[in-house]
Amino acid sequence: MDLQIPYEVIPRRDTGVNNAKLGIWLFLASEVMLFGGLFAAYIFLRMGAEAWPGMMIPDTTTMAERADQVLSVPLATLNTMILIASSVTMVMSWASLKLNDFKKYKLYMGLTILLAFGFLIVKAFEYGSKFGHDLFPSTNMFLAVYFVLTGLHAIHVTGGIIVNAYFWGPGTKMWTQGNDHDKAHFTNRIEVAGLYWHFVDLVWIFLFPTIYLL
Amino acid sequence: MAEHMTVEEVKKHVKVYVMVFAALAVLTVVTVAVSYLDFTIGPALIVALIIALIKGGLVAGYFMHLISEKKVIAWVLIVTVVFLVCMFILFISALSDQEMSMLYDVVGRYVA
Repeated sequence: MDLQIPYEVIPRRDTGVNNAKLGIWLFLASEVMLFGGLFAAYIFLRMGAEAWPGMMIPDTTTMAERADQVLSVPLATLNTMILIASSVTMVMSWASLKLNDFKKYKLYMGLTILLAFGFLIVKAFEYGSKFGHDLFPSTNMFLAVYFVLTGLHAIHVTGGIIVNAYFWGPGTKMWTQGNDHDKAHFTNRIEVAGLYWHFVDLVWIFLFPTIYLL
Repeated sequence: MAEHMTVEEVKKHVKVYVMVFAALAVLTVVTVAVSYLDFTIGPALIVALIIALIKGGLVAGYFMHLISEKKVIAWVLIVTVVFLVCMFILFISALSDQEMSMLYDVVGRYVA
């Protein structure tokens, strides 16, 4: 039997929302548990550790007392600003479609992708600096937590870039060559992609102070 | 519900997005500034989490439109938070178990 689930952007009568929106929120709920599990592991390891970060400040013989003596707070602050800015450009790209302004959509979505690349480039500098000092995930527990949590987050940023790049490039055919029905579907897709992107921003908002500043 | 917004409503929202962006930027600076104050880990954690919760609330409420979202989405999130809290309790219980078993060892040796 050929069973098809219709892709509609109108809200269902039973849930009050369209399927795509409910689907992405359920996915984000699973993501909360994924990152939540790692945060719980971080708390567990930190509470059980005799010292945190429990390592020397790079290039010195002094024991670090805080994470910000080992990690780069200016780079992480810059990355926080970049992600916040990308969340704004993402929501503005959706708003532009709602206002039927496709050129502005392309501009804002393009900026979102560039900012996401900017985040990854800064992250690469940060990782490069750690590797340059022979600091790896296997070095100690603090660095294992740091690399796993920020690495998983960076993978999510990469996933967002792929999705957003598709909707900036080939995916726009749905809008440029489609009718009003297709345009409503495209706007719905951008809203759903935006929900994912804001979640990535949300995770970083909690990662930044807990990993870098405490 | 974001998908049913009129053009006028979207224009109003755009102004709100810019204000939320400014608030997030200021709160990020506050987060970093507070970290340089000489707090012990307890108060520092509480202050950092309060600021992060405010920032997270702004992103979820306005950028993700949670503030005007349907009940079903709120229920999904409530159930998620309940499971998340349960998981945190499990992890922290495991830590106190470890401490208790160390205590039993010490007491056992003393009694023996």
